[in-house]
Amino acid sequence: MTRLFHSLFALALVVLTSIAALLPAQAQPLRLQITEGVIEPMPFAVPAFVPENSAGGAYAERLSRVVAANLTNSGLFREVPPQAHIARISSFDAGVSYSDWRAVNVQALITGAVQVSGNRMTVKFRLFDVLTGQQVGDGLQFAGTTDSWRRMAHKVSDAVYSRITGESGYFDSRVAFIAESGPRTNRTRRLAIMDQDGENVQFLTDGRAMVLGPRMSNSGERILYTTYETGTPRLALINTQSGQRQFIGDIPGAQVFSPRFTPDGSGLVFSAARGGNTDLYRLTFSSGQMLQLTSSPSIATAPSFSPDGRQIAFESDRSGTNQIYIMSASGGEARRISFGQGRYSTPVWSPRGDLIAFTKSHAGRFHIGVMRTDGSEERLLTASFLDESPTWAPNGRVIMFTREAQGGDPSLFSVDITGRNLRRVPTPGPASDPSWGPLLP
Amino acid sequence: MTLTSKALLVLAGLALAACNNPRAGGTFGGGGADGFGNDGFVDAGISTGNLGDPNDPRSVAHFQQRIGDRVFFTTDSSSLTAEGRATLDAQARWLNANTQFSIVMEGHADERGTRDYNIALGERRANAAMQYLIGQGVSANRMRVVSYGKDRPVEACAAQRCWDINRRAVTAIAGVTG
Repeated sequence: MTRLFHSLFALALVVLTSIAALLPAQAQPLRLQITEGVIEPMPFAVPAFVPENSAGGAYAERLSRVVAANLTNSGLFREVPPQAHIARISSFDAGVSYSDWRAVNVQALITGAVQVSGNRMTVKFRLFDVLTGQQVGDGLQFAGTTDSWRRMAHKVSDAVYSRITGESGYFDSRVAFIAESGPRTNRTRRLAIMDQDGENVQFLTDGRAMVLGPRMSNSGERILYTTYETGTPRLALINTQSGQRQFIGDIPGAQVFSPRFTPDGSGLVFSAARGGNTDLYRLTFSSGQMLQLTSSPSIATAPSFSPDGRQIAFESDRSGTNQIYIMSASGGEARRISFGQGRYSTPVWSPRGDLIAFTKSHAGRFHIGVMRTDGSEERLLTASFLDESPTWAPNGRVIMFTREAQGGDPSLFSVDITGRNLRRVPTPGPASDPSWGPLLP
Repeated sequence: MTLTSKALLVLAGLALAACNNPRAGGTFGGGGADGFGNDGFVDAGISTGNLGDPNDPRSVAHFQQRIGDRVFFTTDSSSLTAEGRATLDAQARWLNANTQFSIVMEGHADERGTRDYNIALGERRANAAMQYLIGQGVSANRMRVVSYGKDRPVEACAAQRCWDINRRAVTAIAGVTG
């Protein structure tokens, strides 16, 4: 097994005091309310960070570009590009000439500085409300190693996003997925993990065996997936940091697949198909105890826990077509929640607990949609020849999924839960089955 | 039979299965015209000689090419068609006469569905074919099921022609038992 993560480390965070922070709270803070209505993206500027020593110079521009890309990709912000800037930021602590930023219609100004010594790096930033001429919140400082420079830019992006929207960010997070290559009749599929913006791709399997459907744990350290390396589909559990791997949930004579961690990571729920019938099972890691959750003569698959771990949403064709059901996490009677036209698959509970994302097929088209947990307020966000496998950003605002054009290769896309801002997520080649991990500490 | 030759038999069987599907509308020679030329099996230089002469009714080649090693399903269904039952009847006669072979019953789906559901559906199809063979006297001990869902199409063209041949259960001769 190859090395999986370049060494992660705790990013040290320091609050910078500043004169601006001592000013009284502004009456009307820089705020973007994310609502159902059409959003006019907030114009922002992020000049190249100020290098505070010569070694920092190599990162000054790159850091600001990553921040700009993150904010732009969220669909909530629009960059006023550097070539339009009148003012220059040459010192992190110098006063801001607000009128120069107002003149180019900037509302949010992000300034930063970077210092590098050896492989250690310190990144600072401040956020300013140009219209009121005030700093928003305290400046922050992150310290870490230079090979994690992108993570520091993601941390800055998350702080800016959070201060302006009032919601937590999602930029410093990773996504597990299946990297595909080769002809479709004999596809090579490798388990891979990358940053949410498609950078830092690492392969966790070598492609010799078919692998499918990775699911990241809520801690982001482990991935469950389905592998055919011994012939029939089995479940494997891999630790992304140590590379340690084991088979779990074997049931004699059964195909096991569609795993999902419990929210606390203490076990999993998965599907086992045997004798023409697919049921859900639950396994607790520590005790090895296996519990059969469904026993209907039909297919039950694609289970997903509610964030509190008390309920499971899943897909079943017990009514004759695929629909979404919810039952207790210990099994028992299930309640159908999908009643619209078409077939409903792959329910995934939002990290906020209020919505369930799903795949719907109707009239020859596939959609990613969301509904409330009682099935009401269904909203379709996408439509194509084949959209499937939704996964939630850790803040519950964005959904990533697999899209396959007719006759084309699959790739990853993201969309806002309001249905706006559909974007292709860059991957090294064809990609499928994303699983979005947590916001990293 | 050595392990290696068993493995070759399985690989060759897969290549042949792909190349000799009468409904694929392609050539039988493993060329590129039907999309199988670059699937990694044909290019591996595996001879079909291991499988015997299709004119020999006891050969694996005969099973695959003359009897037909696969049955097809309608969309979202795991019910055997009349044509499928006839194929399985002939398969059962061959298997009952050639009891040295074990079988992997592969279940497959077309691409128009979610991955998880299609693995379940593929298992249903493989199980339907296997149960039918059991009903025709083939011992369950000789057979095991594997579902590939939608992820091992014989041909990928995103059109009805391919979907029809991808919804299948394939009786793969896996090797010699005992």
